[in-house]
This record gives sequence, C-alpha cells and structure tokens, in this order.
Amino acid sequence: MTELTKRTKSILSVAVCVAFLAAVYIGDMVVPPTSGMRMLFTVLEKGSIYALVAVSMNLLNGFTGLFSLGQAGFMLIGAYTYAIFSIPTAMKDSVYQYFDGGLIKFSITEILGNALGGVLGDFGVMLGEHIGMIFLMLCAGLLTAGVAALIGLPVLRLKSDYLAIATLGFAEILRAFFQWKAAGPITNSSNLLRSYTTYDTPLFPLISAGICVAFIVLLINSSYGRAFKAIRDDEIAAEAMGVNLFKHKQMSFIVSSFFAGFGGALLAMFQSSVASTPFTSNMTYEILLIVVIGGIGSVTGSILGAYLFVACSEWWLRGLDSGTFLGISAAFMRPGFRKVVFAVIIMCIVLFYSRGIMGNKEFSWDGFLGFFRKRDRKNRKTGKKKTSAKKHNKDTDIEEEAR
Amino acid sequence: MNFFVDNLPYILAGISVGGQYALIAIGYTMVYGILRLINFAHGDMFMVAGLVMVYLAASMPIYIAIPVVIIFTVVLGCTIEVVAYRPLRSAPRMSIMISAIGVSYLLQNTALYVTGGLTQTYPEIPWLAKTVTVFGAHTKMVTLITPFLTIALVIALVMLIKYTKIGMAMRAVSRDFETSQLMGIDINRVITVTFIIGSLLAAIGSVLYFSNYTGVMPTSGSMPGLKAFVAAVFGGIGSIPGAVIGAFIIGICENIIKGMELTVFSNAFTFVLLIIILMVKPTGLFGEKNIDKV
Amino acid sequence: MSKENILRVSDITMQFGGVVAVDDLSLEVNKGEIIGLIGPNGAGKTTAFNVITGVYAPTNGAVELNGEVIVENHPQGKMKSLYKGKNDGKYKNVKVPTPDKITKLGIARTFQNIRLFKGMTVFENVLVAMHMNLESDMFGAALRSKKAKIEEKAMREEAMVLLKMFGLENNKDDLATSLPYGKQRHLEIARALATKPKLLLLDEPAAGMNPQESAELMHLVERIRDEFDLSVLMIEHHMQVVMGICERIYVLDYGALIAQGNPEEIQNNPRVIEAYLGVDE
Repeated sequence: MTELTKRTKSILSVAVCVAFLAAVYIGDMVVPPTSGMRMLFTVLEKGSIYALVAVSMNLLNGFTGLFSLGQAGFMLIGAYTYAIFSIPTAMKDSVYQYFDGGLIKFSITEILGNALGGVLGDFGVMLGEHIGMIFLMLCAGLLTAGVAALIGLPVLRLKSDYLAIATLGFAEILRAFFQWKAAGPITNSSNLLRSYTTYDTPLFPLISAGICVAFIVLLINSSYGRAFKAIRDDEIAAEAMGVNLFKHKQMSFIVSSFFAGFGGALLAMFQSSVASTPFTSNMTYEILLIVVIGGIGSVTGSILGAYLFVACSEWWLRGLDSGTFLGISAAFMRPGFRKVVFAVIIMCIVLFYSRGIMGNKEFSWDGFLGFFRKRDRKNRKTGKKKTSAKKHNKDTDIEEEAR
Repeated sequence: MNFFVDNLPYILAGISVGGQYALIAIGYTMVYGILRLINFAHGDMFMVAGLVMVYLAASMPIYIAIPVVIIFTVVLGCTIEVVAYRPLRSAPRMSIMISAIGVSYLLQNTALYVTGGLTQTYPEIPWLAKTVTVFGAHTKMVTLITPFLTIALVIALVMLIKYTKIGMAMRAVSRDFETSQLMGIDINRVITVTFIIGSLLAAIGSVLYFSNYTGVMPTSGSMPGLKAFVAAVFGGIGSIPGAVIGAFIIGICENIIKGMELTVFSNAFTFVLLIIILMVKPTGLFGEKNIDKV
Repeated sequence: MSKENILRVSDITMQFGGVVAVDDLSLEVNKGEIIGLIGPNGAGKTTAFNVITGVYAPTNGAVELNGEVIVENHPQGKMKSLYKGKNDGKYKNVKVPTPDKITKLGIARTFQNIRLFKGMTVFENVLVAMHMNLESDMFGAALRSKKAKIEEKAMREEAMVLLKMFGLENNKDDLATSLPYGKQRHLEIARALATKPKLLLLDEPAAGMNPQESAELMHLVERIRDEFDLSVLMIEHHMQVVMGICERIYVLDYGALIAQGNPEEIQNNPRVIEAYLGVDE
C-alpha cells in the first residue's frame, strides 16, 4: 500500500514513454510491410492524430463548455496549408494540371532540404526536410488559429446550440472556399493534392501529437485552465469572479483550432494525398463521438477513445465488412456493415454509458496501481493474468510525463 | 425586370425548393420549440424516407408506396424519440444533442450499408414529373405544386396549434416545460405528436424534393437538413411562419446564386445568412427574446 | 467626522420593456459600513445588485465607486419612449462595462441561488477568483515559467488562508457541490473575498439558515469587514441579522426606495410595515 512519490511517478512515466517509443521504433523496423501486424502502426499513427484533434475538441467542449462543431473545417485549413507548401516544384505541374502548375511555385521542405543538403549531404536533405515539415506544421496551426480568431469574433458571443450551428456553418463555408474554382491555382479546387513530403516513421506523428497533447494538458492544469472550467460550469459566476468571458473563450477557441490545424497537417501526411471532400460535418461528428466515448472533460479519455475508435474502424471490425468476423460468416456481412455495428455501439455508449470510458477523470499512477491492487485481490483465486490493461496507458503517459 | 426574366427559372426552382425546405424546417422548429434540441437526425430521416420510397416503388404501385412511406417515416421519427431522446430527458442539453448526432450517424451508416454507397434513382411519380410551361420557362409540375401544398399544410398546422386541445398543450409546453408538466399536461404525448407532425411533413417534403432531384444518396439528407435548420433559425426558432418564410428566402437566394455560376457557394451562402442573422438579430425574424435570470 | 464614500448609486432605473424592476434608486455605502437592502419578494433587490455588478446595464442612472463613475447609461432607441423615470436627460454618458471589469475595480458578490463551479473542487473555486490578477500570459502559465510558478504558489497560499478562515481547509479537495448547504454559502463568500474587493455584495447570505447559524454568520460578516477592511451591502430577509449588524438600511418596494435609516427608524416606519404586512382596505 505504499504511495508513490512525485519523483518516482515522473521517472516511471518517462521510462514507460521511452520504452514505448523504442518498442514502436524497433517494431517498425522488424515487422515486414506485408505482415498483418502492420495494421498496428496504421492505428498508432492515425490514432495519435485523432487523439490530438479529439483532445483539442475536448478543450473546447469538455473544458470550456463551448459546443463547437467546426473541427473539420479547421483541420482542412491545416491539411491544405501543409500540403500546398510542400509539394515539390517538379510535381507542381502534374498536381495542378488544370491550373497551370498552380500559383505557389516553391516548396518549403524542398528549399530547406536542398539548402542543408548542400552542406551536409544526404543527412542534410533529411534534416532540412524535417525542419521544413515541422515549420509548415506550425504554420498550418498558426494560420488555422488566425482564421479561428476571426471566426471567433462574431461566433463566440452566441449561446450553446447557436454556437454549434454557426461553427458547423463556418466549417462548411471554408470547405466551399477550398473547392472554389477561382481559388484553384492555390487550392487545386476540388482535385487532389498529392506528392508532398510526408514522414517515414510512425514515431513522427506519435511524438508530435504527444507534445501537443502535453501542452494542452499543461494549459488545462494552469490558472487559465481553471478559468476555462469556471466558464463551463457557470458563465455568470465566472464573470462575477473577474474572468473575462470573451477573452478566455477566444483563447480556448484559438488554442483548440491551432491544434486542430496542426492535426490536420499530420492527417494530410498520414493520408499522403488530400482533398476537401471528406472534411465534412461527418468528420466533426466522428471526433465529437470519440470525445464522448472517452468521456467529456477527460484528456485521457479522448486519447483512449481515439485509439479505440481508429482500431475498431480500421482494424478490429474489418471482418464485418469482408464476411467473416470472429469465425462467423454470414451473407449480411458485406461492406458497410462494420460502420452500422459501430454506430450502434456508439449509440449504446451515448445512451447507457454517457460518462464514457473515463468520465471526467484522468490517468494517474495512483489510480492505475490502485486498479491493479483491486484486481489482484479479486483475481488472486482465479490466477488471471493482467495483460489487458497494458496498452491502457500508452500515450497517456506522454501527457503524464509533462505534469 | 431584366433580372427577373433572366432568373425566372431559378426563382421558380427556388420557390419550389424553399417549400420543400419549409416542410423540413417545421420539424426542426417544433422540436426545438418544445425540447430545445437541434434534432440533427431530422435531415437524415428525410433521406431515409427517400430511400424507402425507392425500394417500395420497386415492388408496389406508386400510389400505395407514398402513404406507406409517410407512415414509415412517422413511425421512425417516433421510435427515434422514444429510444434516443426520451431516456435523456433530464440529462444536460449537450447529451441530447450528442445523442441526436449519434442517431444521424447511425442512419447515414445504415443507409450506406443498405445502398452499398450507390446513388439510388428516385422513382418518377407520373403526375408530379409532368413538364409544364410558365411564363415561357419549362418546369416540372412538382415545382408548381410545392409552394401551394406547403402553404396549405402550414395553414392546417397553424389551425391545429391554435384551435385544438393538443395544440394548446404544445404551446404551453414550448412556453414552459416544467410548469406545463405540473399543470397536468402529458409531456410525452405532446412530444410524440410533435414528432409525428414533424416526420409527416418531412416525408411529404422528401417526396417533393427527390421528385425534383431524382437521386438519393445516404448523405443527401444532411445538407437539406442543415439548410432547413438554418431556415428555422432565420425565421426565429419556435415560430412556424418564421420557419416557412426563412425556408423560402433560403431556397430562392440559393438558386439565384447557382444561376450566377457560384454553385460551390450555394451551400456556404446559407451559412453566411445564418451567421449574419445571428449577429444582427439572434432571435431570428419572429423569435422571442429570452432574458437569463441571475 | 465625515465618512469616506465607497459606493454611490444615483437614480438607477432598470426596465425590462415596460416593466420597471428598479425605479429611481439612489443609495450610498460608506467605508467600513455594513448596509442592508431589504424589501418584500420581487421588490427589485437582486436586480439592483445585478445593475451594480454589471450583469444588467441600467436603463438610466449611474453607479460610482470611490468617486469614480463605473456605470452610466440613459435610455436609448426603443427605451426612449418606454422610459418611465423622472431623470430624463440627466445622464449623458454611456458606460456599461461587463461584470468582470467591475469585479476588477473592487466589487465582489455572492448569489442568492448559490452559483459555485460545480465541476471544480473547493480549492479551485477560490483559485478561479484570483485568476484575474494573474500577470503571466497563457504560454507562461502553461509552460510553467518561473514567474508563473511564483504566482501560482502565492495564489495557492492565499487561497489556503481564506479556506482556513472559513473552516473549509479539510474540504479543500472535495467537489464544491458535495459540501453541505451552509458551507456552500461560506465558500461563496470566501470565493468573493478572493477577488480582493473593496465592497462586498451579499445576496441573502443567511437564506435557509437556522437562528444559530445566522448568528454565526453575523459575526463572520463583521469579522470580514474588519479583517479585510471593506464595506458590505447585503440583501437579507432574516430581520434578526439585518437589524443586528446593519448600520443603515434601505427598503425597496415595487422597485422604489420607500424608506432609509438606522434599524430602529426602519422598524417603526409605517410605510415599511405597510409594505411587508399590507394594509386593510
């Protein structure tokens, strides 16, 4: 029944974190491209990206009480900003084939890669490209945050459901803008953007999303985070306690959008091609449902929810589409069935388990160990092994480490 | 005058689409008036009504299929209410809204599964599809019928709300949910009736809408749904005449924009309109002001 | 010895459309005073509080704090024809700050129907009220800069002092709403004090308390006044409390001031008795 000291906890967190990243790195090297286990890495990558976006949405919905449905629109800005400025010059003509090679004739990643490549050779190219990628991701976030700041001016004065519908509307306007013919030389209208620089190791999205989530967690646990929560709980009382409503709502909205844009850039890399069509309200709904599954007001929950959501939709429930699931074959299991089952599961969570996986609690080592002690006592007789909870905390410790 | 002549086909189409939006918008505005809930699933119900019509028309004559579709939609609407909204009656508003989004997700995915993602051709309803000529512009009969049918239905609905007992109960509930409960009004019955009316009108709207557009996709409900909701907000949520006027305005403007070759912005325009009205008059054209009590 | 004036409310009228909730109210609070604001239900007491704290912009009138005008308004637009007061044209400026600005200037309040932050702990509830004085920006606070760490530590220590004063230190990490009713009222006062006010507005602090608890509350209010060197304006229905600690009392009925004076004068004022008990026709 010993309590862990703060020091032990942070050492433990860093250790788990490093071990996990090392495992991913080695795993990535070892597992051959044809193996079914490759799916694990897809889930890790996409899951991390969704985790980041879900956490950023949770910051708004769960911690500031702003029911905003603009996430897909913000991701779209981020994804496009990244893609547009990293398409190599050689590829511009074929990508922008209907727009004379586009208006933007340079590629940031290429420029930096060449510059450093001239000095440091192959390593320099890689380094330069990565610096360019990170720079562009930050630009994507900043541009998104800037757009959000403008949108926030009118929208954040609205009350709950009006805010929801107005943000949904803005996301739709953004999408229309990106599809607009006149913007084609920049956005390629409704055609795909492709061939741009992407990452080559699953560690990239994992680490960058992890750092972002860590920042959000730190923000939530700061005095500003308390002000956000006060607004969520009672706007009038918060204002009476000297919290400037608009300033703090705007702040939360901008930070959330920054990370949505950042996540959008990561998603663009993950997909290696991007079009505006999938960034509809449905994408926002999916992210919202992830937040709900994890628990509104829990960062840990959003992260777990994201991995579960991605693992189910991309991997575990795939069998439902192809005819055989858990050894059962049936004719009704044809493409699309997976999503129906999935939607039913989500509805059940919303209706019968509305607190989600974590409620509004967060991961903590004390809680984690306490959980095992309880299980140990329960399972001593049956001698069950406790492996299932192992992956329980994979990315949560990134955030934990940051505390 | 030139503008009018040039745009006549678009204005006609706009009036027609506006009428169809109006029929959906009434469902939104009534549900919002009573439950303070944006029923995100309403647009998808409209889509499901369209799909069911496609499948029914394949196996039975159209004049039987239409009433069956309407009944089916009404049953579906009430089922959604009982299963997804009723258990959350005392939950925070955000939960009910999330449940509505969940239902919308479920309906769309189910439709995707059933159709295999293919666009289904809407059956041609003989009389509605007949081509007529108005002021030199060719158009389908349905375009002409819609506004009149819409207005007739709205008048009937307003009479129902004004002069019947259940209408009075609906007005009471939308004014004050708790007090009317204490006064012995059966809230659940009122809500069920609201959903019956909303679904009924959505089903009629779907028949008219898809007769015009010929194709039904799993996602074809979400945009008209959102637009109808915007119409409801525009007119002042909770107000039926407001929703109808809002819907006509949106339908006409949208089609004129399409006529100006800015089709990608025809959807976006609706939201621009929404944002403007929310900024200038947050309660909509005919909405009532609420003051927060401290 | 003339007393230093803290709050001066002049000719405040608050109309909701044609309904007059507060009618030409003027009142004053001097430094170190505990002033009572009483009146039958619906007399407009809380509305007056809401005007002073910026929740509502008054239709007409002004509020001064320490001699400086913090709120001023006159009828505009539609209200011009609806205005029913007598001071048309007296106030020229428009100054309607949001409540947080007024809190920053030094007026804190509690609420009639307790409004604690439900999802937050007792400790956090108090900390939130200190947020407005934070100097670190968002990045400093999130990335735990040296300055932010010092500020946070100071905030926590101050909050602990307040909690101890109200006997809440053992409930520090409980959810605010899990506290018993009386303690919630205390927490509301502690939270208001955390904003370091010059003037404290208490909206029915003794509501729902038994005689013993309200006696304790009286002492507490006096202690707060002395220790924090502030003035108090309180709405209260418990006459025992009001008559016990208030130096002067204002009586509102149907939004208008019907009497003012010391407790004794108020107790014998026929108009007050009439307002509370009604008269036989």
